[in-house]
Amino acid sequence: MPIPVLMPALSPTMTEGKLANWLKKEGDRVRSGDALAEIETDKATMEVEAVDAGVLSKILVPSGTDGVAVNTPIALILGEDEDSDAQAKAPAEPAAAKPAPVAAKASEPAAAAPAKTNGGPAPATGTVITVREALRDAIAEEMRRDENVFLMGEEVGEYQGAYKISQGLLQEFGAKRVVDTPITEQGFAGLCVGAAFAGLRPIVEFMTFNFAMQAIDQIINSAAKTHYMAGGQLTCPIVFRGPNGPAARVAAQHSQDFASWYAHCPGLKVVAPYSAADAKGLLKAAIRDPNPIIFLEHEILYGQTFDAPEGPDFLLPIGKAKIERTGKDVTLVAYSRMVHLSLQAAEVLAKEGIEAEVINLRSLRPLDVPTIVESVKKTNRIVAVEECWPVAGIGSEIAAQMMEHAFDYLDAPVGRVSQADVPLPYAANLERLSIPQVENIVAAAKSVLYR
Amino acid sequence: MTAAPRARGTTELRAVPTSRGQARSKPNTRGDASADADQIVGFYRDMLAIRRFEEKAGQLYGMGLIAGFCHLYIGQEAVVVGLQATANKQDSVITTYRDHGHMLACGMDAKGVMAELTGRRDGYSRGKGGSMHMFSREKNFYGGHGIVGASVPLGTGLAFAHKYKGDGGVCYCYFGDGAANQGQVFESFNMAALWKLPVIFVIENNKYGMGTSINRASATTDFYRRGEVHGIPGLRVNGMNVLEVKEAGEKAVANCRTGKGPYLLEMVTYRYRGHSMSDPAKYRSKEEVSKIREESDPIDGLRKYILDSGLADDAELKEIDRQVKVQITEAAEFAQQSPEPDQTELYTDVLVSV
Repeated sequence: MPIPVLMPALSPTMTEGKLANWLKKEGDRVRSGDALAEIETDKATMEVEAVDAGVLSKILVPSGTDGVAVNTPIALILGEDEDSDAQAKAPAEPAAAKPAPVAAKASEPAAAAPAKTNGGPAPATGTVITVREALRDAIAEEMRRDENVFLMGEEVGEYQGAYKISQGLLQEFGAKRVVDTPITEQGFAGLCVGAAFAGLRPIVEFMTFNFAMQAIDQIINSAAKTHYMAGGQLTCPIVFRGPNGPAARVAAQHSQDFASWYAHCPGLKVVAPYSAADAKGLLKAAIRDPNPIIFLEHEILYGQTFDAPEGPDFLLPIGKAKIERTGKDVTLVAYSRMVHLSLQAAEVLAKEGIEAEVINLRSLRPLDVPTIVESVKKTNRIVAVEECWPVAGIGSEIAAQMMEHAFDYLDAPVGRVSQADVPLPYAANLERLSIPQVENIVAAAKSVLYR
Repeated sequence: MTAAPRARGTTELRAVPTSRGQARSKPNTRGDASADADQIVGFYRDMLAIRRFEEKAGQLYGMGLIAGFCHLYIGQEAVVVGLQATANKQDSVITTYRDHGHMLACGMDAKGVMAELTGRRDGYSRGKGGSMHMFSREKNFYGGHGIVGASVPLGTGLAFAHKYKGDGGVCYCYFGDGAANQGQVFESFNMAALWKLPVIFVIENNKYGMGTSINRASATTDFYRRGEVHGIPGLRVNGMNVLEVKEAGEKAVANCRTGKGPYLLEMVTYRYRGHSMSDPAKYRSKEEVSKIREESDPIDGLRKYILDSGLADDAELKEIDRQVKVQITEAAEFAQQSPEPDQTELYTDVLVSV
């Protein structure tokens, strides 16, 4: 029996990929660990290694095939102990037998970076870009604009970013301004705060905000408080950015929404973009802001595409929310990836005749309370959606603000949807129960409508 | 499922025998040298079991049965197998997230480890921890930690407890070259030396902290000298040779057991795979990887040594290969058959009930 080689999942979030090229041809003998083929995902080009030794008897998916779903059989291997006559059944001269030169893949970062990073005019409206590209463009444009802006973090340079946000930046700006660090978060975060005191404008990339916990003393005690403690003499113009919140199946120590932790602290501004326009306009504004900014991205949004914002001076104001969808029956307030789920929930509710208004908060500190209150004046019902834990979460703050500023307009208590009040479990079924889902938002909306 | 291995349970299967106190099926027919011979052949079996386990884990990841982060230990097997051969039952072990090999070397059941990787109820953390977070109170294995460097103070604390309780135990505290630069590692070295704590700091120097080579992350790369300012003795060891590893381990553990305080071992090793499953490993050449695989592989090297020294013949080693393959296949089947955790598990274990 030939053993099928399946299209592998090569990252926590991969569902399909491109079979770039075969490195072995039909009839080749393979050992366990041999590279069989190259697979391209949105983040990287990876090799598939043989697990079973034997002969590559049949290639089922030819080189250059896009959109191959994970677990699709891509080839057959005849085991070592099997009758080699069976091999004769495979075509002798397969079409897809010529592996492309290995060197071709090394150009991946440059190839993936569109021409617009060269300082030319931004794309016309109608172009779509990913959140990942929007973030990269924002950094690149601001680094061109102000030579005091630099990027520092783990794997931001030669590796081109652990999540490929900094693709091409080392090539354009050099190692002075795109600085790879040791895995020492407290050290480089503190170093950048010091550099900001001295007038530079650091962008600190945390590989994820989970690792920023190692550095949170420097973020709060040094970055957030010094302007106040110095009676206004010192400023700390710095951006701490990176992915925040749960990705997929990476378990408790790598899956946490820190929004409410930072939103709690005076002296910081806290931003959480949803779309590519949010990402670009808010990150550019954050880099130009004279204060320390916590910029919370989401790994699952990185690869999503949106309409590209216009022009190199596209800025969004920090502290202003955006109404993503208007409605009169219930207000859904969310940020980051939960905006996406809230919009999906609004679609479901619309089919049942419920018109939900979806507010994308964009900023968590300062919080755009007037926009939320205006919405509640119209809908009289509100659900706050977040990936934080419920206790002292963003939803708790929104509930308090509504109590203070919209009490007379509420026809139901404020509803909340959050991550379950447990460290995030690894098991697929428990993780799903733990992270907010569209159906949880729909149920919460109906609950405040008493339906 | 029967015989579910759990951190809090008392009965654990030992599908993967270890070199520590495990009876060998092979009769003692070689006189005085046979104990050594049995141990060395046992090292072969243990290293091979880790490699086959990791290859299977990589395969299950590709099939979507394992998800999230998964850091494979392939290439580094000699480090943990050689060192754990010097450990006693009361000793404790802690490591970072590249931890599957450490668990097997501590005598944890391959089935329970694999079932945790698939996120099922028979896993060591009942599916709640995954690849990076497994523990066994019974085997004194304290994880399985996801934050670089953070396990080093914890290991120092395990050693503090050994000394406090006077149980004679030593903590084997494993971490990588990347973690070695963390401030809390320096802080731990100081306290361990100050209070003469019985801890072996094992720096597994596999040359890369994720995608950054040691030369690009460390101002000095003599990791075995990192304890010098605290007076901690250190050794640089060929971590691709299980016998050299064991010898160094004996030196270190003797130092700890006689109350002289911590010891530092720099194990020079290499990981063949990327940092995690999603790392394309573009920061090193294929030639570099294949050269080490061909010239320094710890398993191939020991196999040759065993054959050349006549400790076992080819047929005996082939039989071990076959047994290991069966063990790992069974573990993988077990891990796929074990059901997902019950939904009520979502809210258990957050706090200890009082």
